[in-house]
Amino acid sequence: MRYFTEDHEWVDVDGDIGTVGITDYAQGQLGDIVFVDVPEEGKTVAKGDEAAVVESVKAASDVYSPVSGTVIEGNAALADEPGMVNEDADGEGWFFKLTLSDLDELEDLMDEAKYEAFVAKL
Amino acid sequence: MSDVDLANDYVEVELETLPLDAWHRARGGRMVPFAGYHMPVQYEGIMAEHLWVRESAGLFDVSHMGQLVLSGEGLDDELEKLIPADVRGVKPNGQKYSLLLAENGGILDDLMFTRWEDGLYMVVNGAVKYEDIGHLRDHLPDAITLNHMDEQALLALQGPKAVDALSRIVPGVETLVFMTGGHFDWNGTKLWISRSGYTGEDGFEISVPGEKAAALADALTAEPEVKPIGLGARDSLRLEADLPLYGHDLDPETTPIMAALNFAVASKRRREEANFPGAERILIEREQGAVIRRVGLLVEGRQPVREGAAVLDADGSEVGKVTSGGFAPTLGAPIAMAYVPAAMAEPGTVIQLNQRGKVHQATVAAMPFVPHRYVRGAK
Repeated sequence: MRYFTEDHEWVDVDGDIGTVGITDYAQGQLGDIVFVDVPEEGKTVAKGDEAAVVESVKAASDVYSPVSGTVIEGNAALADEPGMVNEDADGEGWFFKLTLSDLDELEDLMDEAKYEAFVAKL
Repeated sequence: MSDVDLANDYVEVELETLPLDAWHRARGGRMVPFAGYHMPVQYEGIMAEHLWVRESAGLFDVSHMGQLVLSGEGLDDELEKLIPADVRGVKPNGQKYSLLLAENGGILDDLMFTRWEDGLYMVVNGAVKYEDIGHLRDHLPDAITLNHMDEQALLALQGPKAVDALSRIVPGVETLVFMTGGHFDWNGTKLWISRSGYTGEDGFEISVPGEKAAALADALTAEPEVKPIGLGARDSLRLEADLPLYGHDLDPETTPIMAALNFAVASKRRREEANFPGAERILIEREQGAVIRRVGLLVEGRQPVREGAAVLDADGSEVGKVTSGGFAPTLGAPIAMAYVPAAMAEPGTVIQLNQRGKVHQATVAAMPFVPHRYVRGAK
């Protein structure tokens, strides 16, 4: 099941493991992505914390963690191929995986239909 | 996700529209506020647009810039009291870069001017054009007329194939050389065209009546070499070409020598007369070197270091600032411009930058980062 934030992050949840990325809408707004900084394994993040940085040619943006937990993996491939976020934001361009510490936090997030409606109004 | 450092050209005022507003929107231009106007920041993407200009030709709308015509008895001598250029020495249709200077030698704006039959045509930056006009009106005598041609649009066609595309539409432009211009006729419309630009490439700047701008932009982009290009690529192109941007790399706190624009005070006569604003300070700096100086930086790694980042000395103290920075598409690496102490300004010097608490290594580089490819005339 995939959940979305109003800040255009997604988290794909399987058991208590979440995979976090930014949405296709977000990558389109950013334009050509030239650098991604992902968190290291073992880092604890709270919901809403700045967890990653994404830089396009024109601007730097913070990526917030949609949920609280402990990072188990950053997407190392993005160091050499940040453009993967432009090509496949919903898949190969994921940012990090974490163990969720509070599954109840998911209730505050949007499902895909709600997120699409949210983006349509922007 | 949220932006951490949006360009600070974004202003909280009612935005105006320029003659090509609808033209940009119809072509998918993403409009952003810039210098008080809606302007296209990109079409298909900054990276692709940037590379297209370096290999073919791109059309830029720079109609936000101020186009002025100055005329009247004694104009050359009067203008020389405000800028350090050899105005008298500029031949008909010759174009020159110069700086509007404050009394203390600080830079109020950078500009280009050209000698017309009946005066001087001047192009100034959009963000400060009304301040410039006020300054010129305050300091030039009543005998000098200043006409702000705010009904004119300004297009720039830049890139190695710009001459191929434009000469098909406006024959004769191929005879111009870098920093010269001429009046041309395009289907009954009068154009002023100079061989100049802000990308480091060969190219042209075209002044056209606003109501004809869309038709001309259509004709230019119908040429196979030409695509419309947004302000995003304009910024990355000029950064690679060592062309400073007013309000970022130049401001009233910087002098021509601090800004490494020594060529703007190249006239021996003007230096000997020393009667331009701030001449005493500027000429001392020219002889002895400025305490701080604008340099280019190659940044290690992939992360861009942008305007506002601190330059650190060996002790970690802040001794300078990054004034422009970003990813250089031609180089595939981040680059920046910064003001650093003279002792750190030599190419090859390794320095440290602090951006949002993270320290980056950078090396002072010879500029331009990408060689200029101007088509110069015989001297």
